[in-house]
Formats: sequence, structure tokens, C-alpha cells
Amino acid sequence: MESYKSIFNEIIIAPATASGVGAIAVIRISGQGCFEIANNFFEGKNGKKNLLNKKTHTISFGTLKHENKIIDEVLISKFISPHSYTGEDTLEISCHGSLYIQSKIVQLFCANGCRLANPGEFTLRAFLNGKLDLSQAEAVADVIAAESESAHNLAFSQLRGGFAAELKTLRNELINFASLIELELDFAEEDVSFAKRDDLTALVNKLLKLVIALKNSFSLGNTIKNGIAVAIAGRPNVGKSTLLNSLLKEERAIVSEIAGTTRDSIEDVLNIKGYIFRFIDTAGIRETNDTIEKIGISKTFEKIKEAKVVLYICSALEIEDLNFNEIFSGNEFIGKKIIVIVNKIDLVSELKPLENRFKEMDIESLFISAKSGENLHLIEEKLLNLTVNRSIENNDLIVSNSRHYEALIHAEIALEKTLVGIESNITGDFLAQDIRTALYHIGQITGQIEIDRDILGTIFSKFCIGK
Amino acid sequence: MKNSYDVIVVGAGHAGCESAAAAANMGSKVLLITMNMQTIAQMSCNPAMGGIAKGQIVREIDALGGYSGIVSDSSAIQFRMLNLSKGPAMWSPRCQSDRMRFAEQWRLMLENTPNVDFWQDMVSEIIVENDKAVGVKTSLGIEFHSKAVVLTNGTFLNGVIHIGEKQLGGGRSGEKASKGITEQLISLGFDSGRMKTGTPPRIDGRSLDYSFMEEQAGDEHPGKFSFTDTKPLTKQLSCWITYTNDEVHDILKTGFDQSPMYQGRIQGLGPRYCPSIEDKITRFAERNRHQLFIEPEGWNTVEIYLNGFSTSLPMEVQQKALEKIPGFKNAKMFRPGYAIEYDYFPPTQLDLTLQTNKIENLYFAGQINGTTGYEEAACQGFMAGINSHLKINSLPPFILSRSDAYIGVLIDDLVTKGTDEPYRMFTSRAEYRILLRQDNADIRLTQKGFDLGLISNERYTAFQEKLANITTIVKAIKETSVSPEEMNTNLESVGSAPIVQKVKAASVLSRPNVSLKEFANADVYASINVFSIEEQEQAEIDIKYSSYIQKEQDAAIKQSQTENIKIRSDIDFKNIVSLSSEAKDKFSKIKPQTIGQAARISGISPADISVLMIHLGR
Repeated sequence: MESYKSIFNEIIIAPATASGVGAIAVIRISGQGCFEIANNFFEGKNGKKNLLNKKTHTISFGTLKHENKIIDEVLISKFISPHSYTGEDTLEISCHGSLYIQSKIVQLFCANGCRLANPGEFTLRAFLNGKLDLSQAEAVADVIAAESESAHNLAFSQLRGGFAAELKTLRNELINFASLIELELDFAEEDVSFAKRDDLTALVNKLLKLVIALKNSFSLGNTIKNGIAVAIAGRPNVGKSTLLNSLLKEERAIVSEIAGTTRDSIEDVLNIKGYIFRFIDTAGIRETNDTIEKIGISKTFEKIKEAKVVLYICSALEIEDLNFNEIFSGNEFIGKKIIVIVNKIDLVSELKPLENRFKEMDIESLFISAKSGENLHLIEEKLLNLTVNRSIENNDLIVSNSRHYEALIHAEIALEKTLVGIESNITGDFLAQDIRTALYHIGQITGQIEIDRDILGTIFSKFCIGK
Repeated sequence: MKNSYDVIVVGAGHAGCESAAAAANMGSKVLLITMNMQTIAQMSCNPAMGGIAKGQIVREIDALGGYSGIVSDSSAIQFRMLNLSKGPAMWSPRCQSDRMRFAEQWRLMLENTPNVDFWQDMVSEIIVENDKAVGVKTSLGIEFHSKAVVLTNGTFLNGVIHIGEKQLGGGRSGEKASKGITEQLISLGFDSGRMKTGTPPRIDGRSLDYSFMEEQAGDEHPGKFSFTDTKPLTKQLSCWITYTNDEVHDILKTGFDQSPMYQGRIQGLGPRYCPSIEDKITRFAERNRHQLFIEPEGWNTVEIYLNGFSTSLPMEVQQKALEKIPGFKNAKMFRPGYAIEYDYFPPTQLDLTLQTNKIENLYFAGQINGTTGYEEAACQGFMAGINSHLKINSLPPFILSRSDAYIGVLIDDLVTKGTDEPYRMFTSRAEYRILLRQDNADIRLTQKGFDLGLISNERYTAFQEKLANITTIVKAIKETSVSPEEMNTNLESVGSAPIVQKVKAASVLSRPNVSLKEFANADVYASINVFSIEEQEQAEIDIKYSSYIQKEQDAAIKQSQTENIKIRSDIDFKNIVSLSSEAKDKFSKIKPQTIGQAARISGISPADISVLMIHLGR
């Protein structure tokens, strides 16, 4: 028992509420020292930082602030050891359900002395600290194995594609760098030429650039940060802008918090129950000879390509003129989720024939009036449904993104120290300490824990070593 | 004839000798069996001890009370401290040895160790009762009984020597191989494999023209390995450096069609860091020369060892190629280079004391475990000797952690990860490299050696005095201030900024380029200079590199928390349903002894470790 306790001197954090949509999310932090960390960022309604003297099982209302910017209004529940789920000092932060906000909070704590919990780690701690019965051991083990499995699957699916390739490049470059350093250390007696300090500096700078670029791409996960791209397309004057304005009108206050985080202007971002959607308004698509309008239309096609979802707006009055099969056969629509929005239903007397028509064509459609606001909520529900069912947008994403972010931050710090080390002319054995730290953290993402064999392997394959 | 012992050690190479000495010095009755009493502690490869990472191991063995350091010091013909331009963790002692004196010194030290008996014979079988080793049978038909058996067979198990198309059974040039043990162990359920290594030709030094070569002399102020009162060298022999060239390479290539390597006659895996000359010119074809070291084999012999020219090509090709090396025009060969293939047993079948998982009280040490190198072998033998003694006396095992010693890194690597090529120590294998220095080996380990009974009271008293002196020096440097007048001239001379007011000596010493020497004009130096160079150096390193040392110490402490959670030996991993199947297999096979060790097994996830911890209960 004693021996376990000492292992848990690290403070762990993770979202505690289930994946999916919720107005409110709970983030759990466990470990001695978590009160002090939270107190640095929490400000009670009275403007005081007084989390520390709160009693156990109390709830405090206030804001989490970082560098004078409010992240969110939160409720913090405090549990003093041993009266908590894990048996350790624990906080539960209830915040708004937005993935963006949850990510912000998790990353703030990770940058200030916490680390992300491993799958099932709260439960493991609870068990080892005597909070769960021994008979539950099997169940606890199953939970850990299962959570780890799903986390692994997610991490794996995330690591396919671009990120994986970039991380692999990064790790290889780091191993290369480490092998240059180690070559000098372990093979000083060999007849090989060693890297010049200038070359090493250039290499570290290159690695730093790579790490920073990767870090930025991971910092909140592009999808969370920028929202899910939704293109609004359609012929001119079908009511695209009216629709956008109607959708946005109630939400401005909330989205204003992430000003500057999206590439497009703030008016284009909508927060539906914690999920952020970035609406791309496009120029109307039609055949034209006007050069300027042509440029606008070709831009529209580009923007549609960026989007995951296309809302194709048409007017209830001109359905007859449209050949949807032809419209959607264009390259820009390939792989998109397309929803036809039939606008201006306030101008038609009967909906039924229209609905039947779309059913026959097997095209997903919603019938609304942007002007009167009728059925607008259907669009929100539809978007939300699509997102939730796609299941990439859940808490696991926060965790795995934050994990990557955390690892890359540590790698960046280590590389900066390496650079300082080279400048102050310290020898390779000390440089190696920092390089290995960077490699360790990257290995936390890629699962490549063993370092020495890779370094030695690189040395043996590149240099003629051995008497 | 007495035929009952506590510990029987099979093989009298570096591993066997250290093993016998350690067990005997702890009080066990030991029988050392070797196939040839004339080749005890034979240096079968190059005549040198130590080197980068290896020198640290010799210092560690010495600090714990083993013999390798003393033997090396008293048989050295040249001493160099390698890597002095790097940080202190990289400083690595290395000596050239007089091959014959080295072996003689070992034999004399063993003969003077009470409790060691010798027997010349070939062991053909281990006597096993109820899965316990209880003795050995020899080719002369004798049965020796014991409580534990340490196998240190080196390259002798089914050894096959290759020279060109010739194949000879043998464990070393001119010595026969050992048969029977591998077959018996396999029938007992052990896995075995083949490895290969090689040596270069030996040459008559009188036939060489040294004017074509660069001289490599020993250190001006030679150091030594042992922390005991052995004497540093007062005169030394030089080595010589020369290079191969395209002509040499071309001749070597003519023998490739008869090469046992390229014709597939050798199946065993060789070390990538010790390639044969034919490997070098094939894999690094762009290089038009390779460095060669001419190493004298002793004070009086004319034989030289051509380091860097390991080969198994036909003898005639070796000779012809040699003659094209600068300085080798008239070279006379004493014996050709050869490759040797031998059996080893993947070391994942051992526990951290080097006892086999299958057979109790049976220990493996040295090349039988897939390692290479005298130092690697010696330290394993030493640890197996200690642990066999502890085991048969029902005492707790002696295990060094990865932050205690390179010896700990080596054994943990072998037992936890295994090896598929001959394992040699490199400093990069150690995650706590800054802690595992040659200068502090005694500080790390001599207390442990004393607790084991391997360090004399006299030596222990001196050791404690050294510790006290270092503390005094550190205190003086940390607490005494130095003034600009005392320091600035010397600071300027090493290019360090002058100080403007009185500051603590420690803060100046922490600067790059500044050493204790720069304090020569300061009052504090007078109080320091009364202590030995080693003590001053120790204090200097402690202060100068404290931030790096601290970082690794913190990491080591964190690591030790998982290292301290023991896994019961009777745990049945296959029955832990939540473990991944890979973890079940690997845990069952490797049988990790601590949570820390389990976590280092490749392919094991944090979740597996969590599940395992839950099953250990709280």
C-alpha cells in the first residue's frame, strides 16, 4: 500500500463525462497538489482565489482565467483525501460542454504540472488506494483493458495519415541527431568523422521547427479549433446569406470567445451544444460569362472542397429547374455529406408534393424558411446528429489531442535546451540528456519506447564502427 | 578425491574466474573446472581491458571486490583514459595488456584464494535432480556434487572455427570444442541459438616496418583501474596505427567466393559493431581505407594483434592482403584470423540473478548468454558467483539496478529484452549515464561490496575516509566565498568573465571551462589541496555537474518506485484474463521480477502494467 502511494505523486487529469453532446462536462483532477494548481487559475465570484481554504465536499462558483482571459465559468467541487473517488485530493470542474473549452482547460492544467490520465487510471488509483473492494479487481482490470483498447484504436486511427507520417519523420530525425551525438561518445576511438557543431545547430533548429509546426497543428486539434467546415452553396438569391444570418443570430456572444482562432471571420462560426461549425458562405453558382463572377464561382468550388458538409440551398419555387444528379456529380462534391435545404417554404401553399419528390430522388432534404425562421432548428439537429454519429468528435479526441500536444511541448522544451547547450559548448553526454528527453516524449505518442537500440542501429548502419 | 562442493564453476575465462573468486571469498567451497589449466583467463581476442563503457564495468567490478581491475593493473603495458574531452561520465579507462601476464596473474590470484579447487576436464553433463542442479559429470566419468552450478562456457559449446573453406571443431584457435551440454539443456527445455564472432591474424612484430605507421602512446600520467593500492605504470609500450587501401581491399575480394560468411556456411549472427574486414569493405564500399591498430601482446613477446582486421577469409588471401598494408610488406603471420560459431542460450531464460528459470541453482554467465567482451563476461560471472552463494545459503539475492551500475543495465537488458546479436555494453544503453561514472564506482558500490563480505575492513575504512574528505571539500566550495582578486587572473586565462564582487566558490566552479585549478590563488584552495587528487576531482564533479546529476537522480528515484514492487514468482500470468495475449506470453516467458522490469519488456502497454498491479493486490 505504501509503495503504491508513492508512485502516485503525479497529478492526473481527464474529462470524466461521457462522450457526446452535453450542456455541461466534468473534468476530474486527482493527486496531491491539484488544489494549488487550480487555485492559480480559479477566481471566485467575489474575485478571490480562495479554493485552498474550502472544506471538503464543497462547490465553488467562479471563472477559470489564464493570462487575464476567461476560459469559462465553472463550478469546482473539492474532495479532500481520503474522501474522494480515488482516495486522493480531487477536484471536479464542471464547465460548459464545448470541446473547445474542455480542451483548453485540460491543456492549461497539463502545462502547469498535471499529466493526462492513462486509460482507467482514476479507477486504478481508487482500487490501489483501497477505495474499491478486492472482489472488484477483475472488473477494474477489465475496464482498464477495454479503455486502453478503445484509446489505442482512436490513437491509431488518428495517427494514420498526415500526423503519423510527420511524427515518424520527426522521430527519425531525432534518432539521427541522437546517433550523431552518441557516435562521438561511444565511438570516440573510431575512425569516423564527427558532426560539426554548426551542423548540429542547424539540425536542432530544423527539428524545433518541425516540433513547433506539429505542436500547433495538435494544439487543439484542427477540427475542434476551427470547427467542422460546412459550406453553404446554391444558386444566387436562394437565401444563403439570410439563412446564415438566421442561424448565427443567437449565438454570437458564445462564439466571440474564439475570435482569431479561425481562418474565416467570426461571424461564420456557430456553436451548437458545444460543437463548433464553421460556415463557409459561397458565391452563388451559375453559368456566367462575367469574368469576376467566374473567379467567385471557382473559389466557391474550392471552398466546397474544404468542407465536410455541404448545405445546398434552393428555393422552393424553382425546384423544377434543378437537376440534382448533375449538380452533385461535380468533383467538389465527392465525399461530402450533402443536405439539400429547401428554402422559402413560406411562399408555397403545400409541402407534401415537394417532400415526396425528394423522397423519390433519395436526397436528404430539409424544408425551411430562413426569413420566418421556420424549421431552422432542424438544420442544427441534423448537423449535430451527423457529428455525433461520426464519433470522431468526443472526449477521447480531447485526450489524445492533448496527449500529443503535451508530448510535443515537452519535446520543444528539451530541444530548446539542447540548442542552448550547443551554444554554450557543453559536451555530447549532457546534450544527450535533453535529446533523450525529447525522444522519450515523442515515443509516448508513437509507442516507440526503446531508444538505445534505434540509436545504435542507426550508428551501425551509417558508420563503419568496430575494430 | 574430494567431490562435494558448494559451487561448481564450469569454464575458467573471465566469467568463470570472477565467479569462482566471488563465491569463494564469500565463503563457499568452489571447484573451478576448465578443459585446460594452461589457458585460465586467456584473452582470446585483443590484449586489452576496458574502453568506453567497458572500463566503467571493470571499475565497478573492482569497487565491489572483484579481481579484474587488480589483474588488469598488474599486467598492463599501456594505459589511456579515453574521451577526456567529454564530460566525466564519458571518461573511460582502457589498458593494453600483456596477454601472458594477465592469465598468469589471474591464476596466481585464484591459487591464493582459499576455498578454490581446480580440476582439468570437460564437463559433459549437469546433474539435475527435481529441476535442481546438484553437480556435473565429466568426460573422464567423474561426478562432482554441489549445491549450485555456474556455466561459463564462452565460445566452446559446439564451437566451429572457420578459415576460408576450412572448418574445424574448436572453442578457440588450437583448442577443442565442448560437446554435450547444449544437447542436454535443449532436452531440459532450453532454447538455444548460434552466434558468431571473429579475430584477426597474429603477426610477428619483428617483420613490420613501424616507420610507415602513426604511434599511439599511453597517457603521460597513466591512471589505473583498481581502487586498491595497485601501482600505475612507470613505463609503457605504444600501439601503432596504419590503414588498409584499395589494393588490400581488392585482394580481400578475391577470397569472397571462399568466404564462409558469404557462402552461407556461417548461420550465427555476428555483432554489427565488430565487423570483419570483409564486412567493412562490402558494407562501406565508399571508404577507400579502414583504420588498423597494431597492438603489442606483451612486454617481452614479439607477437602483435592486428586490431581491425578480423577475418575468416582463406589464409593465403589474408597473407597476400596483409602485405599490401603500409609497413606490412614483409609481414609474417603467426596464426590466421578466423571466425567462430558457438551456441548460446537466449538470456530471457534467466532471472535477474542469472539463475535459469527452468533449473534451480543453475547459473549462466558470459558468452553463453549472448554477450561479447571480457568485461561483460567478467561482471556476469562475478554476479553469478555472488548470487549462487547467496542462494544456497538462503540469503536475499544481490541485484544491481539500472541506476546502480552498468552491471545492472547489462543484466537487466539481457534478462528483460534478450539479444539477437552479441551484446556489448555502450554508454548509450544506460539511461542514467551521468550517474554511472568510472570515477564514482566506489562511491556507488563499495558499501554493497562490503556488505557482501567482499571488501576488507582495511579497504572499507579507507573508503569511508575518502567519503568524509569529499564531503569536507564540497562543503568548503559551497560555503566559502572567493574574491575578484583571488580569481580574475585565472578566470581570464580560461576565457571566463571576471567576477565583480565576492561570490561563493561553487557558483564560479559551475561555469563552463572553469575547473578547480582556477582556484589556485584562492584561500579556499589551500584547505582543499591537502586532500588527494581523486577526492578533489570527485567533489569538483559533484558541484560542477550537479544539475545534470540531480536530474538523473530524480528520474532514478521515480523509477525505483516501480522497481520496488515485487512480482511473486508463483503468479500465473496466463490466468490473468484482462492481460493482453502478448503480455501473457511475454510475462510467462520472461518472468519479470518487478513491475519496473515488466514495464521494460517490449510490447508491454501501460494498461498491462496496471492490470498486473491490480492482480498483485494492494
